[in-house]
Amino acid sequence: MLTLLFDGIAYGMLLFVLALGLAVTMGLMNFINLAHGAFAMAGGYVLVLLMQKAGWPFLACLPAAFVATALLGALLERTIYRPMYGKPHLDQVLFSIGLTFMAVAAVDYAMGSSQQNVQLPDWLRQRFEFGSGALQLGMGAYRLFIVATCVALALALQAVLSRTRFGSRLRAAVDDPRVAAGLGIPVDRVFLLTFAVGSGLAGLGGALGADILGVEPTFPLKYMVYFLIVCAVGGTSSITGPLVAALVLGIADVMGKYYVPKLGGFIVYVLMIAILLWRPQGLFTREARR
Amino acid sequence: MSPRQSLLAPSRWRPWEFVLWAVIWAMPVVFGSHAALINEIAILALFALSLDLILGYAGIVSLGHAAFFGVGAYGAALFAKHVMPDPLLGMAVAMGLGALLGLATSPMIVRGTDLTRLMVTMGVALVLLELANKFDSLTGGADGLQGVVMGPLLGAFDFDLGARTASFYSLALLFVAFVVLRRVVHSPLGISLQALRDNRLRLTALGMTVQGRLAAVYTLSGALAAASGALLAQTTGFASLDVLEFHRSADVMLALIIGGAGWLWGGLIGAIGFKLMHDLLSTWTTQYWTFWIGLFLVVLMLAGRERLFRPWTWFKRGGPQ
Repeated sequence: MLTLLFDGIAYGMLLFVLALGLAVTMGLMNFINLAHGAFAMAGGYVLVLLMQKAGWPFLACLPAAFVATALLGALLERTIYRPMYGKPHLDQVLFSIGLTFMAVAAVDYAMGSSQQNVQLPDWLRQRFEFGSGALQLGMGAYRLFIVATCVALALALQAVLSRTRFGSRLRAAVDDPRVAAGLGIPVDRVFLLTFAVGSGLAGLGGALGADILGVEPTFPLKYMVYFLIVCAVGGTSSITGPLVAALVLGIADVMGKYYVPKLGGFIVYVLMIAILLWRPQGLFTREARR
Repeated sequence: MSPRQSLLAPSRWRPWEFVLWAVIWAMPVVFGSHAALINEIAILALFALSLDLILGYAGIVSLGHAAFFGVGAYGAALFAKHVMPDPLLGMAVAMGLGALLGLATSPMIVRGTDLTRLMVTMGVALVLLELANKFDSLTGGADGLQGVVMGPLLGAFDFDLGARTASFYSLALLFVAFVVLRRVVHSPLGISLQALRDNRLRLTALGMTVQGRLAAVYTLSGALAAASGALLAQTTGFASLDVLEFHRSADVMLALIIGGAGWLWGGLIGAIGFKLMHDLLSTWTTQYWTFWIGLFLVVLMLAGRERLFRPWTWFKRGGPQ
């Protein structure tokens, strides 16, 4: 029971890091980017390539995955994402689905369609057991590492958003891009940086979760729904919303798949529809926005 | 021109529309050996038409239209297997089921933003997919529903392997749906829907009910999408989980976008374009054709949808409009 809860939390934290970039993109530029999963996949493949081909240690690969996908994100933002900002939502959705299709087929072509194996270092393969019976808590070192990393990331991001000058500019730009631009905030550059960091976080999440989520070409399509659920349910105006949504989703998914495996994702989808019917703007959104 | 005339003008049949329909009807006669492909195109066209009704006219963004398609396909297949093999009755049952689902889910698409609608429509399709997977004793699960035998159409025309009957059947249904929708979108209901799409608040201020109109159009669209699903199940004698998959919703959206949303011919032209492109690409690169579809989408969206269905503007002045 507690073990499941813990696994759910680890899964949820991972989803949070993966989806955070998407939440910020949606909140800031009102842009629905379905290709976000492609960045996560890119991170996973960077990790696999570096570990297998170049023999880098696991820990060194994580920042590398972050940097590589952040650069990729920045490049794409400058070249092809920017012209899409003013377009209707439908165009954005189709555009990013197209990008996703391209990423899936390209990775399939370059790396093969099979799932990539990740060799975790030995110190991540240990397992800790506490208690007994229904309250038994078994924690894999790998999942513990994920939770610790994600909590640290969440705290750091929260600090950046609420304490730094960049954070207040970002929040201002999210609330009202036009007034923010009028006050001399370089909204373009704030967004470029945010997009890059968001993509980098997705890449980091993809690399970090390589063993849980798997690294394969269909990754972006498989998890797209999950990222979108986190953003739609959590709302996009704060960091708490996606966090809570991701945790609920992670726990519900792990528990659901354990207790009623035949239903699969059923519980999660019904939960999402119910929440969206109850609060169409997401759980943690101020009512007045647009 | 009086206001009455100017309002009625767009609803009149143009000469080229008669010509196009004549060409379409001639297709299965001339290209009898490609009847299966024509049948597939007609099914996709009907599906795209149903999406056009809610997307192009009512402005409802949906990434889960496969829900109706799947309900229609399973409804028709199960009806034929367990109750009666008559195709037309099965079609009526499937459309009824689609309409019911549309009516039941319409309160969900009235509220919220585009994102919420995307998620809810996608969620409904996913829930149905999971249900179809769970009740595999009824639906056959991942192996598909087998042993569906269709009776002859109108008691006289058997569904043959060459899909000749099937192509005429699908085209006939497509034609009926087209004529009906043509009436609907130019009726007061259709015009108010377009107003609703452009400015919902203003329509409310005019004293019109938004919810009822959306529910009506969503129900109709659900019935038509179910009809296209039923066509697939009836003409192939098979239904599998594939009819509810996400890629169905994405494909039909893509077909509609190629043809252009918001005019009924868009679904038809888009279905032809999409199927031909799909066939060409998948014979050329079997495994990686999604890459080129994706590239096409990206370019199309960057260049602007407007220019695609007005080919004569391509070479006039550069730059998106």
